[in-house]
Amino acid sequence: MTTQTAKRISIAEAIRDALREEMQRDESVFLMGQDVGTTPGGWGGPFTTCKGLVEEFGRERVRNSPISEKAIVGACAGAAMLGMRPVCEIQYSDFIFCCMDELVNIAAKMKSMSAGAYSVPMVFRAPTGASQRGAQHAQSPEGFMMHVPGVKVVCPATPYDAKGLLKSAIRDDAPVMFFEHKLLYGGMGGHRKDAVNPVFDRDIPDGELLVPIGKADVKRPGKDVTLVTLLRTVHMGLTAAERLAAEGIDAEVIDLRSLLPLDRDAILASVAKTGRLVIAEEDTLTLGWGAEVAATIADEAFPSLKKPIKRVATMDVPIPFAPHLEAHVLPNEDKIIAAVKGIM
Amino acid sequence: MKYDHLFTELSKERLVSMYESMLRVRYFEEKVYFLFLEGVMPGTIHQCTGQEAVGVGVCAALTDDDVIASNHRSHGHSIAKGLSSYRAMAELMAKEDGCCKGKGGSMHFTEKDKGVFPATAVIGESILLATGAGLAFRLKKQPHVAAGFFGDGGSNIGSFHEGVNMGAVWKLPVLYVCENNQYAASTTWREFIPVEHISERAASYNIPGETVDGMDVLAVYEAAKRAVDRARNGDGPTLLEAVTYRYSGHSRADSAAYRPKEEVREWKARDAIKRFAGQLVEKGVCTADEITASDKTIEQEIEDAYHKAQNAPAPDVCVAEEDVL
Repeated sequence: MTTQTAKRISIAEAIRDALREEMQRDESVFLMGQDVGTTPGGWGGPFTTCKGLVEEFGRERVRNSPISEKAIVGACAGAAMLGMRPVCEIQYSDFIFCCMDELVNIAAKMKSMSAGAYSVPMVFRAPTGASQRGAQHAQSPEGFMMHVPGVKVVCPATPYDAKGLLKSAIRDDAPVMFFEHKLLYGGMGGHRKDAVNPVFDRDIPDGELLVPIGKADVKRPGKDVTLVTLLRTVHMGLTAAERLAAEGIDAEVIDLRSLLPLDRDAILASVAKTGRLVIAEEDTLTLGWGAEVAATIADEAFPSLKKPIKRVATMDVPIPFAPHLEAHVLPNEDKIIAAVKGIM
Repeated sequence: MKYDHLFTELSKERLVSMYESMLRVRYFEEKVYFLFLEGVMPGTIHQCTGQEAVGVGVCAALTDDDVIASNHRSHGHSIAKGLSSYRAMAELMAKEDGCCKGKGGSMHFTEKDKGVFPATAVIGESILLATGAGLAFRLKKQPHVAAGFFGDGGSNIGSFHEGVNMGAVWKLPVLYVCENNQYAASTTWREFIPVEHISERAASYNIPGETVDGMDVLAVYEAAKRAVDRARNGDGPTLLEAVTYRYSGHSRADSAAYRPKEEVREWKARDAIKRFAGQLVEKGVCTADEITASDKTIEQEIEDAYHKAQNAPAPDVCVAEEDVL
């Protein structure tokens, strides 16, 4: 669907546009995070997603914060309970474990504990995934949050989805965990050899673009096998599908886009058609989100399966730094293709 | 007494209201304790008998527009801020009319119209939520303040440092109220706090810190009022340490055998409610008969709240699945 006139922006730019538009639209939206609002010459967040926003909106609304993940999330939750719409960010999703209490015990539970008197309309943003930074800057903790009733979990893989989903997340009355893959930002000048070119799957309109949370997207239709993907594995899946097509295998690539709510209907519909399922995730294998997808199909669509479900995931090890070691433990196109061929 | 002026500055109505608020918390806690012993109530309880002056003194310095964030020992703070004894009792009895429709329990009392955030029961969260509420007031340009309650033990958790530091560097309108009731569960506070007064920790954040007698409601009120005024003026947060004592154990099953009997006797001799009643009569604010009348009225209110709650319906099971997202 890419055209010459399509507005091609990176995911970093798409996120920045979404933040800017929502801050212009709604006074209650504000940003908080480390290095988001230093000026002049500041980073605009570790991956530049907030660059320029402090100049436009000022330091009250683009709140540069101390290295205090607990206070960032806890204070944003408190402000959200009084009707503000904070968008906070942490520098790496691995740091989520510093503020798990505030996410899991405050943000996720306030509405239920107060029987609906209070809600926590905040967005928590985190750059996720492996990118040759070693074990503490490499994890994909999206699956942890999928296990928490009371939050939504969103993971965009394209600029279109990033913009539309973030705008929806900011307007959502539930706390939304918004994970962005470090290698998909495309906003660091493209100097990284391992950076993935974003898929410009749709024209990105200026202004209003809302993508519904909880709806998967068929990124490539196919009839022989279903590939369920997320974040970086969307792009691995699309590449693998092209290579499989050359061998006569027609793969359907589903980008879940949200883990919570999980679009079970989209997965069920695809597997009903193909009868084969390969799940590709960057989370570690054991109890990653792929396990929930597999369980859903085993529960509800077992008769439509022609072959066993296969999962391609990161090995159950701390992710090592050395590029060839990291590549060894992560999923990739070859592993996806091998999994597909194993069930054809 | 340094706050003698308050007996003339504050109306009789306000002084009596503070007295009755302390009574309300006391009678509530005593009734709840009795009901637990009788096996009538489910779950656990964390009671604040003995600590009434802290919640009442602080909340008397606040308005309905101001917000409090309480901790696991939430009964007193919430009732002092305006949660009705009936909604509180119904919650403990797991009834639909409870302040959380039976989904919160003892540790999560709330009342939005009165500015009572749902209390949080992981230590330190109340500090962060009060900081966030103060931030919201700042961003909305509202002249309100937030008070976060935590215990002596709560001043040792990371949230204390992160939250108070954030409040301080941004000069947020927040009161950090450390209710030093001498024990973190069964551990005496001195075992893990190397300073003489917890309020000294304010120095790390360059904010005012003050230690007050938490068994004296007007002393607490006066200090809280000063802190509230500073916060409303844009001068930032205050760390207020109120030194008090919980007469009960930490929670339902705790007989508090770790405390010397003499210590308990000494603290009870300084009971805040008896002390304030004596002052009200001595200063000519109330007659002894009026004090007795207040006692009877509030005791009856709690009895009525209990009987009404006893007869109230339980929430339908579908309530468990509501208000999740």
